[in-house]
Amino acid sequence: MMNFILNGASTTVSAPPMARLLDVLREECGLTGTKEGCGEGECGACTVLVDGAPVCSCLVPVAQVAGTEVRTIEGLRGEHPLQQLFMDEVGAQCGICTPGMILTAMTLGPAPTLDEVRTALAGNLCRCTGYSAIYRAVLKWRGMEPAS
Amino acid sequence: MIVPSVVGHSVSRKDGIGKATGAARYADDLVFPGMLHGRTIRTTIPHGRIRSIRFDFDTAGFTIVDCHDVPGKNIVALIADDQPFLIETEVRHRAEPILLLAHQDKEALHAARVVIEYEEATPVFDPEQSSQLFKALAIVKGNAEAALAEADVVVEGTYRTGHQEHIYIEPNGVIAVPEDGGITIHGSLQCPFYAKKALHSLLGERHPVRIVQTETGGGFGGKEEYPSILAGHAALLALKSGRPVKIIYDRVEDMVATTKRHPAIIRHRTGVMRDGRLVAMHVDVLLDGGAYVTLSPVVLSRGCIHAAGAYRCDNIQIQGRVVFTNTPPNGAFRGFGAPQTEFAVEVHMDRIAEALGMDPVALRRINALRPGDTTATGQLLGEDSSAHQVLEEAVRRTDFVRKRDAYRGTNRAIGLALFYHGAGFTGSGERFLKSKARLVLTATGVTIATGSTDIGQGTRTMHAQIVSDALGIPYDSVAVAQPDTALVADSGPTVASRTCMVVGKILEECAHEMKTQLGGLSPTEYHERHGAFTVERMYQPPDWIQWDDETCRGDAYATYGWGCDVAELEVDPDTFEVRPVRLTAVQEFGRPIHPALARGQIEGGTVQGLGYALLERVVMRNGAMANAQLTNYTIPTTLDTPEIDVVMMRNPYSGGPFGAKGLGELPMDGPAPAVVNALRHLGFDIREIPATPELLATAPTWSATKLPV
Repeated sequence: MMNFILNGASTTVSAPPMARLLDVLREECGLTGTKEGCGEGECGACTVLVDGAPVCSCLVPVAQVAGTEVRTIEGLRGEHPLQQLFMDEVGAQCGICTPGMILTAMTLGPAPTLDEVRTALAGNLCRCTGYSAIYRAVLKWRGMEPAS
Repeated sequence: MIVPSVVGHSVSRKDGIGKATGAARYADDLVFPGMLHGRTIRTTIPHGRIRSIRFDFDTAGFTIVDCHDVPGKNIVALIADDQPFLIETEVRHRAEPILLLAHQDKEALHAARVVIEYEEATPVFDPEQSSQLFKALAIVKGNAEAALAEADVVVEGTYRTGHQEHIYIEPNGVIAVPEDGGITIHGSLQCPFYAKKALHSLLGERHPVRIVQTETGGGFGGKEEYPSILAGHAALLALKSGRPVKIIYDRVEDMVATTKRHPAIIRHRTGVMRDGRLVAMHVDVLLDGGAYVTLSPVVLSRGCIHAAGAYRCDNIQIQGRVVFTNTPPNGAFRGFGAPQTEFAVEVHMDRIAEALGMDPVALRRINALRPGDTTATGQLLGEDSSAHQVLEEAVRRTDFVRKRDAYRGTNRAIGLALFYHGAGFTGSGERFLKSKARLVLTATGVTIATGSTDIGQGTRTMHAQIVSDALGIPYDSVAVAQPDTALVADSGPTVASRTCMVVGKILEECAHEMKTQLGGLSPTEYHERHGAFTVERMYQPPDWIQWDDETCRGDAYATYGWGCDVAELEVDPDTFEVRPVRLTAVQEFGRPIHPALARGQIEGGTVQGLGYALLERVVMRNGAMANAQLTNYTIPTTLDTPEIDVVMMRNPYSGGPFGAKGLGELPMDGPAPAVVNALRHLGFDIREIPATPELLATAPTWSATKLPV
C-alpha cells in the first residue's frame, strides 16, 4: 500500500512498488487521460506533474511518488484556460498528445517567449500539428502575441 | 430565420473539450467485462519456412490461435489475395504473424515463451535485385526518346527516398467483443468499412461483423489498411475465447511490424532547350513494396501520375514498377507515392536549372502547368490550376530572388519546390467506389451518418459546417454520428484527400435534397408534424472524367491542389547539422471550410515533410527496422521545427462543396525537395533523403560561387 495526493485528494494504491505510475493511474485509479505513446520517455504523451514538475509517468515506478502530489489532466477538471484554447486554436488535432502537452505547458512562467515555449515543450511530441497551433494556444493563454 | 453562414469560419469544433480534459476515449481506454489481452507471436527470420512450434510455458488459462482457427478465408481481403492473417508455413518477412495468444493477465501473457524453429531461405532485400513484380505501368505522352535526341541539353539523375514511419502518437490498437453471434470491433482506424470487408472474409458468413471507430490518435495512412489485420487477430481470439480481447501494440511492435512509406529509386532523363523549355521527360520509378501487395499498385499509380511534376511537356514517358522484397509490406502514407516522385522531379529541376545556368524560379516560370495545358496523362487542365499563382506568391513573399543572392558565401540558404496533388481516388476510383452519405432528420436537427473518420483532421466539424450551410440550419443543430458500420452509410475510406471534397460534396447534395423535402419548415417543425426521415445519396463524379486504367490516359483526378514551399536553413559547417530557419507553405486547395483546421493540415503536413527531408531514417537490418524506437527514429520536436508561414490561396473548384478541394496530402509533397534544393544552394549535391548530417558530410560539394542567382 502506498499513499500520495492525486489531483488534490489523498489516494492509496495497492500496486507493486515497481509498477509504472502510468499503469497505476490508468488501471488502478481509472484515469485514462494519461496516454502511452512510446513507453520509453521519448514522446511525453504520458506526462503528469509530480510536485508541479512534468515527468514521464511511463518511466516512474509508483514507489517514487509516495508522499508527493501528482496531478493528471483530469485534475484540471476542464477549468484550465489552456484546455479550451487547445481546442479553439487547434493545438489539439488527434488529441493523444494533448493531456501531456497541456500539463507541460502549465509549468511555463507568466510571460514566456516563443523560444521558452519551444524549449519547455521539447519533450512532448506531436505528429499532427507541426506545433505552431500549440504555440498559439500557449502564447494566447499567457497573453503573448503569437509570432505570426 | 436567417442562419449565419459557418463555412469559411473557424467555428467551435464538434470534438467538444474531451481531448483536452482526458475524457475522450481511445482504444486503450476502453475496458470490457471479462476482457483478455492479446499478443502476436511473429517470425524472426525474413524468408523461409516454419519447421516447428513449441510452447515453452504452461498454456492453462491461455487462448491460443493459429491459422487452423480461421473460420473463413485466411487472407487479408484488399487488392491481391496474397497476405494471410496468420502464416501457415511460408515466411516472407520478419515480424510476420504466426500465432496469437490471449490471457487475462498482461504479465503472464508477455512472459509466455514460444520457440519457433525455421528452415531459412535466402532473402531479397534490394528492390533492384528483385525478380518478383507486383505491378508495372507506363504513362506515355508523345515520344520522349525522339525528343531527347533533339534536345539541346540532357540532364540525368537518380534520386532515392527511404522508408518513413507514420508515428501516429497512439499506436495501433483494437478490442474485439463477441456480440450477437458475431464480433464487434472497437478500434483506432481510418476505414471502418475496409476492416468490415476484411473480417467478413476472415470470419465467414456465420459471424456478423460490426466495426466502431474509437477516438483515433492519428493515422496519416498508417491506419488505413493495417488495422484490418489487427482487428482480424483480435476477432479470432475473441471468437475462440468467447471473451472480449484487446490488442494494443507497443511502440516497438508498431514500428517493426506495421506498414511504412514505400522507399523509392527514381531515375530522370530530361531534355531541355537552351531557353529553358522542357521538351522530353523520361522517368523510371521503382518502389519497394515489401513482402505482400497491400495497396502498392495504387501507390505506384499515384506516384507515377505525379512523377513529371507540375510541368508542361509534350513528350513524357514514365515507367513504374513496384516489386517484392522480404521486408514488412509497405502501405499507405499521406501523399501515397507522390512525395517520393515529386521529391525526385523537384530536385531534378534545380539540377536542370544549374545545368542551364538559369535561375530555378525562371525555369519553373517557363514550364509550370497553366490552364489549357495537358498533364502527363493527357488531362486538360482548367482554371482550377494554380501552379503559377502559388509560385509567384511564394517567391514574392519570401523575397526569394534577393535572398538567393544575398545568402551566397554564407552558411544560410534558400530553396523552393513547386508541386501539386490530385484530390480523391485516382481515375475511375470514385466511380467504382460508389460512396454514400446519409443525413438523418431528428427532433433537434440533423445527424450526419457516414463512415468517414475524424482522426484529428477535423472531419466532424468540417462536414457539419457544410451541412449547416447547405441546409440553412444552425451549426449547433447538426450532430455527427461516430462511425459504426451498423449505423452509418459507407462513404468510402478516409484517405486520398477525399473526405472534404468527395464526401463533403455528397453531404452537400443530401442537405439540398433534405431542404427541398422540408419545404420551408425547420427540422424540428418538420419532425413534430411528420416524424423523422433519412436522405442518402451516392457520389456522382463529374461526368467529364474519362480514364483508362490500362493505358493510364485521361483525367487522373477531378482536380488538383497546388503548392509552392520555400525552405530557409542554415548548416553547421562543423557538424553538418541542418537547422531549418523558416518554411513558407503557399497552397491552393479551392478554399478552406474551417481555416484553422485547414491551416493545421498544412502546418502538420509540412513538418512531417520536414522530418522526411532531414531526420526520419528507417535503418533496415536483416529485413526489419533496427531503430524501432522513438529514441533513434526521430521525428521533429519543437526544437527541430521552424516557424511555418502558411498562405491559403483561393481558387474555388466547382465540383467541391462550397468550392473546396482535397487538402490532407498536398502539404507532404513540398518540404523535402524545398529543403534539399536549399542544401544544393549551399553547394551540397544531395539526391537522397533523409539528408542526415552523415549524408551531408560525405556528399559531393561544389563551389557556391558557381551558383546561379
